[in-house]
Amino acid sequence: MSATRPLCFQDLILRLHQFWSEKGCAILQPYDTELGAGTLSPHTTLRALGPKPWAAAYVQPCRRPSDGRYGENPNRLQHYYQYQVLLKPTPEDSQQLLLDSYRAIGIDPELHDIRFVEDDWENPTIGAWGLGWEVWCDGMEVSQFTYFQQVGGIPTVMPSTELTYGLERLAMYVQGVENVYDLDFNGHGLSYGDVFLRAEQDYSRHNFELADTQMLLTHFNDAERESLRLAEAGVAQPAYDQCLKASHLFNLLDARGVISVSERASYIGRVRALAKAACDAWLAGEEETSHG
Amino acid sequence: MAELFIELFSEEIPSGMQARAADDLGSLLTKALDGLNPRDLRTFFGARRIAAVLTVDAEIPARSVSERGPREGAPEKALEGFTRKHGVTPTDLTLENGFWVLNKSLDPVSAESRVSEAVPDLLWKFPWPKSMRWGAGSNFTWVRPLRRIACLLDGHVVPFALARDGDDAHGLKASNLSEGHRFLAPGAFEILSASQWQDELETRSVIVDMDSRRDMVRTGVARLADQHGITVVQDDGLVDEVCGLVEYPVPLLGKIDAAFMDLPAEVMQVSMRINQRYFALRNPDGKAAPYFAFVGNLPFKDGGKLTTAGNERVLRARFADARHFWDLDRKTKLADRVPALAAVTFHARLGTQAERAERISKLAGTVAQAMGLDGAQIAQAERAGLLAKADLTTGMVGEFPELQGVMGGYYAAHDGEDEAVSRAVAEHYLPRGQSDETAKAPVSVAVALADRLDLLAGFFAIGELPSGSGDPYALRRAALGIIRTIRDNGLRLDLTELFAQAANGRTGGELAKLPDFIAERLRVQLRSEGERHDVLAATLAGSLDGDLVRLLARTSALSEMIQTEDGRNLLAAAKRAANILRIEDKKDGPHTGAPDPSLYTQDEERALATGLDQAVPAIETALKEERFTDAMQAIAALRPTLDRFFEAVTVNAPEPEVRANRLKLLSRFRETTSLIADFGQIEG
Repeated sequence: MSATRPLCFQDLILRLHQFWSEKGCAILQPYDTELGAGTLSPHTTLRALGPKPWAAAYVQPCRRPSDGRYGENPNRLQHYYQYQVLLKPTPEDSQQLLLDSYRAIGIDPELHDIRFVEDDWENPTIGAWGLGWEVWCDGMEVSQFTYFQQVGGIPTVMPSTELTYGLERLAMYVQGVENVYDLDFNGHGLSYGDVFLRAEQDYSRHNFELADTQMLLTHFNDAERESLRLAEAGVAQPAYDQCLKASHLFNLLDARGVISVSERASYIGRVRALAKAACDAWLAGEEETSHG
Repeated sequence: MAELFIELFSEEIPSGMQARAADDLGSLLTKALDGLNPRDLRTFFGARRIAAVLTVDAEIPARSVSERGPREGAPEKALEGFTRKHGVTPTDLTLENGFWVLNKSLDPVSAESRVSEAVPDLLWKFPWPKSMRWGAGSNFTWVRPLRRIACLLDGHVVPFALARDGDDAHGLKASNLSEGHRFLAPGAFEILSASQWQDELETRSVIVDMDSRRDMVRTGVARLADQHGITVVQDDGLVDEVCGLVEYPVPLLGKIDAAFMDLPAEVMQVSMRINQRYFALRNPDGKAAPYFAFVGNLPFKDGGKLTTAGNERVLRARFADARHFWDLDRKTKLADRVPALAAVTFHARLGTQAERAERISKLAGTVAQAMGLDGAQIAQAERAGLLAKADLTTGMVGEFPELQGVMGGYYAAHDGEDEAVSRAVAEHYLPRGQSDETAKAPVSVAVALADRLDLLAGFFAIGELPSGSGDPYALRRAALGIIRTIRDNGLRLDLTELFAQAANGRTGGELAKLPDFIAERLRVQLRSEGERHDVLAATLAGSLDGDLVRLLARTSALSEMIQTEDGRNLLAAAKRAANILRIEDKKDGPHTGAPDPSLYTQDEERALATGLDQAVPAIETALKEERFTDAMQAIAALRPTLDRFFEAVTVNAPEPEVRANRLKLLSRFRETTSLIADFGQIEG
């Protein structure tokens, strides 16, 4: 990289796409339902299961309703982007690949302090866990690195490497910006705030004040029922879609403050049961196709 | 004699697991290579490797072993089984001392052969607290992917592969290769010996000796601090953690933005330590200095300018978050947060934190009263008890649970609560651990005790007791907190009465076991202080004196007495009397009741009776007045009388009525000693 302007937000994404495309990944588009994290996309969760190799990279918009700050906090958003890579089986040089991708976006590991700091990752809502690290750059966590050991309560027969980049953080770092809304979005005068500030304000009101909790509860119950019915019928991804909807509805209810501490565990358990059923259905189909 | 060197090079090992893993490697090798007489063990650990070097014999020498078989004349089948097992015929056996014995001579085993057999097995079974699978199909697990195994005997590779039973174990094989710093010296180099490996690593920017890394961090941070006339807040745990994260420690100093310097020092420190692994620094006046120290992983090309700027920016974001909570939390009074505790479950069977706050408040008042505090202080204790848990609903405590109490204290002070109240809210969690201070301010003490009494009474009432290994509600720590707070402050309280108050009308469950639980913790505590726990058992004599201060004074007086010659002899006499009574009582006991003076036949009997008659009231008065040393002396003074009694008097006299009377006299002696303690519990 020459001494020109640092990468704008969209060029950062393009560089990562370019990098992972050259490494043989399928470059996929964001999944079309609300997700709390890139891991939850079926491109990761379902593909991590079973014996078939897989390599994909995609941007995933993530929604965390309770992280809304009405556009007033420079670091926290209820809607943000993750760049997600899944490599299955785990490549021998997983760590090196990640470091090379940092170089590709202009982070020189001899000028910056890159560290692999222990992180036992787990996501109880989808019954998943793995071992790996938070990857730090100059004291900031810029990626999560996980070797998946279990998903949907099922051990991964072929472990995969999951790399998740927090795109806004990374861009703030690369651009030297301290407020996310000041990020240069396109290199032609458009800021991140121009694109998202209004949405952050409106969604914060929605998440904390306006969302109809009675309706959300009804939707949660509907999604739960539908998910189980579809999993029973063996259509894994549609069943999993309903699980994702239930998970997002739970997050909204949680943000609205209508779920008590003791109820919380029970809701998480219900979503986990849906994830497990969908994962079981997926695996059953995979085994059929690999034997058939 | 040969140098055995083993290095296990992997992806980054969690900092907290490295030291233990290196220890395990050393002890497992020592055990597995027993026949090679392993010695001079040294172990190494760091972010990406654990290693061990030791001296072993060149071989396990030829030796003969005897295996004992069946007894002479045992069934044919048994003999057959034995010979089959060892692949010999009955003619190979000899008869020794009535048994068939096989004398085998074993060939020498070379160190190389023993190591190549033992190490793979050891690696497959390595006891990582948590390990993982990786790659396309091997079931070999390691803490993170294992990339290289170096194994050398005097510089020569010990050839072995990890593969077994059709599992290729990622193709891992022993080699003579190692790697230096990830960024500064990527790629492999050849190992010739342990010392060359250590030197070569240093030229390749890896300091593999933990003590050297610690030293670089400590002196480096201290030097940087010194340049600004400030000092680092000592934190050995953080030094160790950081040293497990870096291969080449480079301490650097960053500045804290002045705009954040009004945040509570604890908030800054916790945020720096927990989130960032930064060291906090202090001005000469003890206040937080506007700097932080951190440790980079390499000598940066630009001297660390860029990374320091980056770390400063990260910390600004962290502190901006903390400031958000600090400002927001102070908008709601702590007292107004109490109702919100009704939404926080304490335990499914023990209700909400709001109910608990009510109980702690009431109990804190009771404790304050028992401590003899005045009316205003009693009211303060009740107020502080009510507010003690309210900070659980604040954003800051949600973010940093370790700040509970501390934040409550700040917020209470901000709300204008009495100083004693805000202080008690902050201090009621003391002591947080073994090495932590106990509360000293009277109101804080009352709330600290009330918090723990309620915790213990609650969980004992529902029968949730700690098990051998598990103590999920930290009840042992709570009990110890009570004991330490009482001792440190010399509090004259009746714990038994306070337990009854804490039970709050509840009965049953395991509540009755609470005094024993405290007694047990007390025993453990005294033992850890090097006190004789049997002496405590003797003064406890089966039931806890609820006044721990009195109990401990009595224990220490007893402890002193039995170290004197009179005391030791008295103890021996008491045991002798107890033994005689135990045996004779079995025949026709018990022999209780007052002895009849007319049945005494010897002066020694009369002397003992008189001695006891004088000692009993003296002991009772001394005990009542808590002059324990006097009480001990009163009984120890009986020693010559007792010695003469046992020398001259035959207890089991031929005349039945004389014998019975003497047993009654001994029984009276035993009763007298039991005023002091149950001497039977004392060892030796």
